[in-house]
Amino acid sequence: MSKASSSEAVGPTNSSWPLWEVFVRAKNGLAHKHVGSVHAADERMAIEAARDVYTRRMEGVSLWVVPSSAIVASDPKETTELFEPAADKVYRHPTFYTIPEGVKNI
Amino acid sequence: MTEEDVVAENPILHHALRLGDDALILGQRLSEWCGHAPMLELDLALANIGLDLIGQATHFLNLASEIEGKGRDADALAFHRDVLDFRNCLLVEQPNGDFAQTIARQFLFSNWQELLMREIAAAPEPRLSAIGAKAVKEIAYHARFASEWVVRLGDGTDESRARLIAGLDWMWRFVDELFDPKDGAPSLRADWDARIARTLAEASLELPKPRRGIVGGRSGHHSEHLGHLLSEMQFLQRAYPGATW
Repeated sequence: MSKASSSEAVGPTNSSWPLWEVFVRAKNGLAHKHVGSVHAADERMAIEAARDVYTRRMEGVSLWVVPSSAIVASDPKETTELFEPAADKVYRHPTFYTIPEGVKNI
Repeated sequence: MTEEDVVAENPILHHALRLGDDALILGQRLSEWCGHAPMLELDLALANIGLDLIGQATHFLNLASEIEGKGRDADALAFHRDVLDFRNCLLVEQPNGDFAQTIARQFLFSNWQELLMREIAAAPEPRLSAIGAKAVKEIAYHARFASEWVVRLGDGTDESRARLIAGLDWMWRFVDELFDPKDGAPSLRADWDARIARTLAEASLELPKPRRGIVGGRSGHHSEHLGHLLSEMQFLQRAYPGATW
């Protein structure tokens, strides 16, 4: 909420307010999932904007907001070396196992 | 039977109409921001608050309709009464002005409405208290939202501060009505004053100068603004009575 922390949150945006990434936990036990972003001047406003934009229809029980500028992204130019080597290694997928009945959220 | 007789005979009807009209008129006011707020996030925030209020209005007016027993449902009370029959306070019908003026109105009203609704939720009348208990959670958020914006605008730029001061000055005349000894909730005044003073101090703002309070909304003597609001809100049902979709 301090001025210092809000100025740290300057992100890639054409608005005067920084951008924040929003994560919603749909219910206890599940992980927070990225749902989108909001503009806000400080942490508190970001939480409230996220609440108003993304949880109006009972979508969640918990919210995270993270300054977009704090996200480190992989470089699209490195896609080939980062991800393609996995493409032909089908044995890394656990598709050869049968999942016991009653196991959820795998 | 005069209106006073009706009120004396049925105080719960009276309360339900007032509470319902406060929520309805402010909800309609906030809906005017839809598509016009400074940012998408605020557009949704104001529309959400407006929808919460219209939800409360539906509950209170349904209760009023049930007690009244004249076959007028909540929609009929909202869309087919004329300006003199509305019982909302003058504060909620005041124009939106700029964003700061809207926040000033919300700040003064939601803090009062939260205190009132806590009292109603704890009161023995079961139908009112059930609605109050549900509404109080929403209203606590409205009060928090508006109070935080008072601090941001008051403690922000010279421009935002000047606009907020102007907004508070506009609205301050209509505060006394909320605590009127006859038609208001005088016992809430001390708590309300303390809340308002705390937030204004945080925003490094002074309390607005005392002004002669204007009353009358509770007995149907409204400002010119309510008629304009109703002409927009009631247009469809007046032009096409009973229209549904």
